[in-house]
Amino acid sequence: MMWQESVNVLVYEWLNMPQGEKLSDALNFFIYDTVKILFLLTIIIYAVTLLRSYFSTEKVREYLSKKHEYTGNVLAALFGIITPFCSCSAIPLFLGFLQARIPLGVTFSYLISAPLNNEIAIAMLLSMFGWKVAALYVGFGLLVAILGGIIIGRLGLENEILIEVKPIEGEIKAHEQKVAFDTRLREAWEYTFDILLKIWLYVLIGVGAGAFIHGYVPTEFITSVAGADNPFAVPLATLLGVPMYSNAAGVMPLIEVLTAKGMLMGTALSFMMAITALSLPEAMILKRVMSLKLIAIFFGTVTIGIMGVGYLFNALL
Amino acid sequence: MKIEILGTGCAKCKALEEATKQAVAQSGKFAQIEKVEDIMKIMAYGVMSTPGLVIDGKVISTGKLLSVPEIVDLIKAH
Repeated sequence: MMWQESVNVLVYEWLNMPQGEKLSDALNFFIYDTVKILFLLTIIIYAVTLLRSYFSTEKVREYLSKKHEYTGNVLAALFGIITPFCSCSAIPLFLGFLQARIPLGVTFSYLISAPLNNEIAIAMLLSMFGWKVAALYVGFGLLVAILGGIIIGRLGLENEILIEVKPIEGEIKAHEQKVAFDTRLREAWEYTFDILLKIWLYVLIGVGAGAFIHGYVPTEFITSVAGADNPFAVPLATLLGVPMYSNAAGVMPLIEVLTAKGMLMGTALSFMMAITALSLPEAMILKRVMSLKLIAIFFGTVTIGIMGVGYLFNALL
Repeated sequence: MKIEILGTGCAKCKALEEATKQAVAQSGKFAQIEKVEDIMKIMAYGVMSTPGLVIDGKVISTGKLLSVPEIVDLIKAH
């Protein structure tokens, strides 16, 4: 890696810090990682945002309303990857899907997949763990979303929706927005820049904490807590992930260091998925349209799914 | 002309309302601006990604914070 060599020159020669010492190695790691991550994040988020400008939630709804259950579950989970999602739009989305007579289970497949496969998480995974881990994360995330949606759909929970949704009469049509390509390029860049402004500090803090662990926390400690020695590492990681919602940018660098120091990959996957998929603010927002029972079943199903992925993965590798 | 901003109170929705006010002032046209926060009314327009911009009952844009010049163009084109 050319970039690693440049950082070596900067830290060990220009700053004249001794190689092999904890402080200089931690600094080297910090500079190398932050610049690499921010660079890759910019490219990946830009590309994803540009691609996303061709898909709107309204168009997805139109398409899904013509599909049957099961096929709908699979497609809804897939669309969750490509459409933008923020917890502030969870309610219009939830009601809008039901309005178009999309089954509850299919709606949940989308509602699980969309935050799980958000662009920041995917970009962080790609830039730090490479495409294999990113693909595993997306693949298992889709599995949780599809199965979770099917299970919730089978439970007959339609009465647990607090607002009466009037179905749309006649055909469901998304309105077309014609946007020129250069406008798409500009908007994608503005959006990317917005996101970078929001997360750069978390990335720095995350990598900083990672650099500290990298240099100072003994590997034996990590292995005993998060490695094969601890059978409860997966549920523990899942629970820890919940309060870290929407902070994939800050936590992923820590996970990178933890896995390098002996945290099992399945445990790491559970941790990452819990961070993105289990969001307390989203649960609070959804309380306006769903009964507590439905929210509990929703979160319970996703939690079990995420832990299942962790255990399965640890057992297979 | 009646312009409606659809939004449940997210930061982008407020920003779009501000931008629309400025755009109307710049366009020199007379327009009534209304912020629609009732979720059922927003759903009735078939909009799921907020903020949405509606001119005279027609959905013009969804899920986007338009800039002042962009809104001026939309008002003039209408």
